[in-house]
Amino acid sequence: MENLLSLFIRAIFIENMALAFFLGMCTFLAISKKVQAALGLGIAVIVVLTITVPVNNLIYNYLLADGALAWAGLPDVDLSFLGLLSYIGVIAAIVQIMEMFLDKYVPALYSALGVFLPLITVNCAILGASLFMVERDYNFGESVVFGAGAGVGWALAIVALAGIREKLKYSDVPAGLQGLGITFITVGLMSLGFMSFGGIDL
Amino acid sequence: MGLRSILDGVEHHFEKGGRYQKWYALYEAVDTIFYSPSSVTRNTAHVRDGVDLKRIMITVWFATFPAMFYGMYNLGFQANDILAGAGQVEGWRGTLIGLFGGYDASSVWDCFFFGALYFLPIYLTTFLVGGFWEVLFAMKRGHEVNEGFFVTSILFALICPPDVPLWQVALGISFGVVIGKEVFGGTGKNFLNPALTGRAFLYFAYPAQMSGDAVWTAVDGYTGATPLSVAASDGMAALQSQWTWFEAFIGAIPGSIGETSTLAILLGGVVLLATRIASWRIVAGVFLGMVALSTLFNLVGSESNPAFAMPFYWHLVTGGFAFGMIFMATDPVSAAFTNTGKFTYGILIGVMTVLIRVVNPAFPEGIMLAILFSNLFAPLMDHFVIQANIKRRLASVQ
Repeated sequence: MENLLSLFIRAIFIENMALAFFLGMCTFLAISKKVQAALGLGIAVIVVLTITVPVNNLIYNYLLADGALAWAGLPDVDLSFLGLLSYIGVIAAIVQIMEMFLDKYVPALYSALGVFLPLITVNCAILGASLFMVERDYNFGESVVFGAGAGVGWALAIVALAGIREKLKYSDVPAGLQGLGITFITVGLMSLGFMSFGGIDL
Repeated sequence: MGLRSILDGVEHHFEKGGRYQKWYALYEAVDTIFYSPSSVTRNTAHVRDGVDLKRIMITVWFATFPAMFYGMYNLGFQANDILAGAGQVEGWRGTLIGLFGGYDASSVWDCFFFGALYFLPIYLTTFLVGGFWEVLFAMKRGHEVNEGFFVTSILFALICPPDVPLWQVALGISFGVVIGKEVFGGTGKNFLNPALTGRAFLYFAYPAQMSGDAVWTAVDGYTGATPLSVAASDGMAALQSQWTWFEAFIGAIPGSIGETSTLAILLGGVVLLATRIASWRIVAGVFLGMVALSTLFNLVGSESNPAFAMPFYWHLVTGGFAFGMIFMATDPVSAAFTNTGKFTYGILIGVMTVLIRVVNPAFPEGIMLAILFSNLFAPLMDHFVIQANIKRRLASVQ
């Protein structure tokens, strides 16, 4: 239990997807103009991550890993080269389902997210979490906690960025830096703040 | 009125179309140092108050003076205490000390003079290099040179370790002023505290020189741990055998120049709180957050980590806590704006400080990073406070 809790904290703060690994940058920079939309996207990413990482964990452990097909009588088969393909397939399916769900039940958020909702499919933070899960050999329980933690960390980062960018509307940025330029600088400074967790060993 | 007429006499050179119009920002800066500007608000809505931005900044600048003067004395005292009359300082500092001072740790003048020889070059470098960027941006972008820079420069100089090389000082303040402030448009438009941004940049760029045990006294080759790192590695008993609480409160401990004496900092803090320049909500929040979490750690206790046992009154007097609480956290630009937001913001700083100090083995001190971290979330806190207000008042309308 303590192990899972520290994994959760680590995934949110110490190994923050956006600010420590700089994963999922395209949506991170594009949908962070308004807190409301950022919050919606953040929740969407949490949901997608919490579902896809454990599902991919099951697929990896029972279908793809070396010797995983022993239950089907094929102990010598190693399908792990199909990893990337399968993970992306699972992610695309989950995102598709969520898109339909949002379209029906939360149309305001659906239109606010626009094209970036289907683009969650290729959000590197989502695929990155699945790959980290494989690389670090998480078991099923750990992968649920890690998926949720990574999602919460990413959501926290994008909501904070949106808050800062709403405040920066009143700033007077030099012409050449307006828009994405200043956002990149902002994100860099944010990860300086998140360095406060660097080195914590849970 | 001699000066006024001289300034008026040259003014037309600096106005649009004049010979030196590029230098208008500099003219304006000199003018407003001596005289209050004649421009008034033309719109209908404005607040009448005797305190303007200039007066706020200058008050903060003066409020740091007790900490600054004590810091200079203490820097010399710590160094002379180690040299104990035996060693000498080489170079131009040694020559000047030979001429005007000495190495007697019990003499206030000797210690003060020694400290001044280390602090003033740091401050001068900060002021010249930071001022250069400030004026350059003001000239190129057509805004005014702001007194906020007085505050940024003194705060930055005071949180440098005594032994820091001057080129690092120049680099740090450049990063702080340019990236931390000017790219966002100057004073009032940034979201991080510029002085802390510069200091954090140095901290991560040159960890070998900016941390560890060798930088805290101005004696070459001498390593002495600060109270915080003693507490983190050897526990409270080792800390109390070296320094008493009262010594730490007065400030007779090694550390960054301006942050050793809690007493001197609180003196400045009283001025800031009485004039309402520093928000008491933030200060109270930082203090309460620190007390709450350190007490919790005391109660939980830990076998392997001696810092768990550090009580809150030691947290208050060691490291940069008091300095950060009074001067850094209360920076009105990078803090939260709403009252509830200020409390939350302060508490987050206090909690994060203790968390980093106690739990994170990589950094013995946490207040700098805690404030930067809380700066990130200050706009968000305001956002939610405002949303809650809108919601509440909307309900009473409907």
